[in-house]
Amino acid sequence: MSAISTMGAAGFLARFEALRDSLPGCAAERAAAAESFRALGLPGGTSGRRSEAWKYTSLRPLAEADFAGSTADTVHGDGADLVFVDGVFRPDLSTTVPGFTQFAEAPAFGPLPRPDRDPLVALNTMLAADGAVLRVPAGVNAGIVRLGSIGTGASAFHPRHMIHLEQGASLILLETATGNGAYLHNPVTEITVAEGAHLTHIRLQDEATDAFHLATIYAEVAEGGTYDGFSLILGGRVTRTEIHAVLNGKSATAHMNGAQLLTGTQHADFTSVVRHAEPNGTSRQTVKNVLNGRSRGVFQGRIEVARHAQKTDGYQMNQALLLSPDAEIDSKPELEIFADDVKCSHGATVGELDAEQLFYLRSRGVPDSEARALLVRAFLAEALDLVTDEAIRAILEQRVDAWWERQAA
Amino acid sequence: MLDIRGLTASIGDKSILRGIDLVVPDGEVHAIMGPNGSGKSTLGYVLSGREDYTVTGGSVTFNGIDLLSLEPEARAAAGVFLAFQAPIELPGVNNANFLRTALNAIRRAHGESELDAMQFLKVARVETKRLSMPDDMLKRNVNVGFSGGEKKRNEVLQMALLRPKLAILDETDSGLDIDALKIVADGVNALRSPTFSALVITHHQRLLDHLVPNRVHVLAHGRIIRSGGPELARELEKTGYAGVLAEAA
Repeated sequence: MSAISTMGAAGFLARFEALRDSLPGCAAERAAAAESFRALGLPGGTSGRRSEAWKYTSLRPLAEADFAGSTADTVHGDGADLVFVDGVFRPDLSTTVPGFTQFAEAPAFGPLPRPDRDPLVALNTMLAADGAVLRVPAGVNAGIVRLGSIGTGASAFHPRHMIHLEQGASLILLETATGNGAYLHNPVTEITVAEGAHLTHIRLQDEATDAFHLATIYAEVAEGGTYDGFSLILGGRVTRTEIHAVLNGKSATAHMNGAQLLTGTQHADFTSVVRHAEPNGTSRQTVKNVLNGRSRGVFQGRIEVARHAQKTDGYQMNQALLLSPDAEIDSKPELEIFADDVKCSHGATVGELDAEQLFYLRSRGVPDSEARALLVRAFLAEALDLVTDEAIRAILEQRVDAWWERQAA
Repeated sequence: MLDIRGLTASIGDKSILRGIDLVVPDGEVHAIMGPNGSGKSTLGYVLSGREDYTVTGGSVTFNGIDLLSLEPEARAAAGVFLAFQAPIELPGVNNANFLRTALNAIRRAHGESELDAMQFLKVARVETKRLSMPDDMLKRNVNVGFSGGEKKRNEVLQMALLRPKLAILDETDSGLDIDALKIVADGVNALRSPTFSALVITHHQRLLDHLVPNRVHVLAHGRIIRSGGPELARELEKTGYAGVLAEAA
């Protein structure tokens, strides 16, 4: 294996050439995706095309990384129901989940993802080897399903997940992404929420310090359905959470909330686009950033309201708390509204910890670091409180506390 | 208890305290009165360790220790409490959680065991009842959406729970109606003991009717220009500060 062939866009294309006959699913779709990827390149890479969607995030470090392979034999499951190691399903570490099949066994690319537009989606479509396909039948409450990804070594993996909730079904999907190494995790998740169905999608991204995590999620919500998404972003070197939600039926709801806690030289991009295609829809994008060290947070939020999507209620709020003078936030809100009877608002704030609040706490005997922790938690509360399941919120709060303890140490 | 000698302090290059000498013996309540801008609030902030003030000279000894060398949290642990003139709002911080965090921090500093949520609520409810505070004030975010009177009562609640040795009340009476004023005064009176002292910063005689001071000091232009017994407060209520200021000039 030559060094060149494992690196950058050329490395991924070479890998596709080597694997194309053994990859599951439609060969023509993969070949088309490969052509798109060849044309689009990696954003920020030498051959990458410049685009507005990747204005603040460069994947140059990814283009310069060498993904030589995995060390998957050393891992342990982390309590998830469905465990994927380097993107491959591990039945030995998983439990039986009704309605679950492996993508490798039933490979199908759905209609929502846009490999022709999104380079990472093209890369995923070209190389996806496995993933979780989960279907919740009509009227069934499937409770909580934990989907765990563990990355190892210098692997690059592109899981393809499909989540389908039939009419009136409900599910809490808790996705965790962890690992150890300098790997690339590039998942594409396609979600359909049918009439009156309710998906709570909690994503806990706590990847290894050197890892790349580039997730793209497409959600389509039918009449009266709810996609309630929350992402807690803690890990990784360069990461992006890109969510596209389409409200395709009346009175549908999409929440694309999240919190990013970054330190060191971490870069995390939260990009969400919601399209109100039908009337009476509700959307929420509340994203909080806590930025320490020389980290950089990016928020790009977009609300699109179609001409006849009257009575749309859209809200978008991006806030950043800078704990260090060297941290940075880029925030780009966009509203594109063609209907005339809508309620859409957006806002962005950037600030530091409030000196008066800090003094107030310290004057009551609370030590400086504990007072700061309390104020950081208070800042995040508005976002974390949007996670309504108490057990899950407790899991996330515990991770936030652990993150803070690492900062204070 | 408290021994302040030649204390000078400034904010930026503006000198505010210009040589304060003040001794508050154990168990005494002293009132600080004086016109706006005389440095009363600054004195409270400097004693509790707010960082935007620079101490440029003098000393403060508190029960034998050099108070000015301590961080704000260490001063609180040593027993200093400042009731803020404008209590700070903490959105996203539940009042009960705030009070318990503060109480446990102080208990920890004293080598005492921390209280869990249930133990704390039991203690806190005794005090909220005594201060005629509704129980839901514990559930709300700290001072957020509180009326002026509720904020002041919340300061007194903190004082009651933290049991300081020295309470500095910075215009805790302002904006209170007569009933609330009496509740606040009773809250302080309940703490009065040979090991508790208070510095009461106020503009008005009426708080001092309920909270009778041992001494009254008049602060003007960063200095104490006159000291006397409780009758001095009544005299000032009648004549205003003009006379005292002219006398001192």
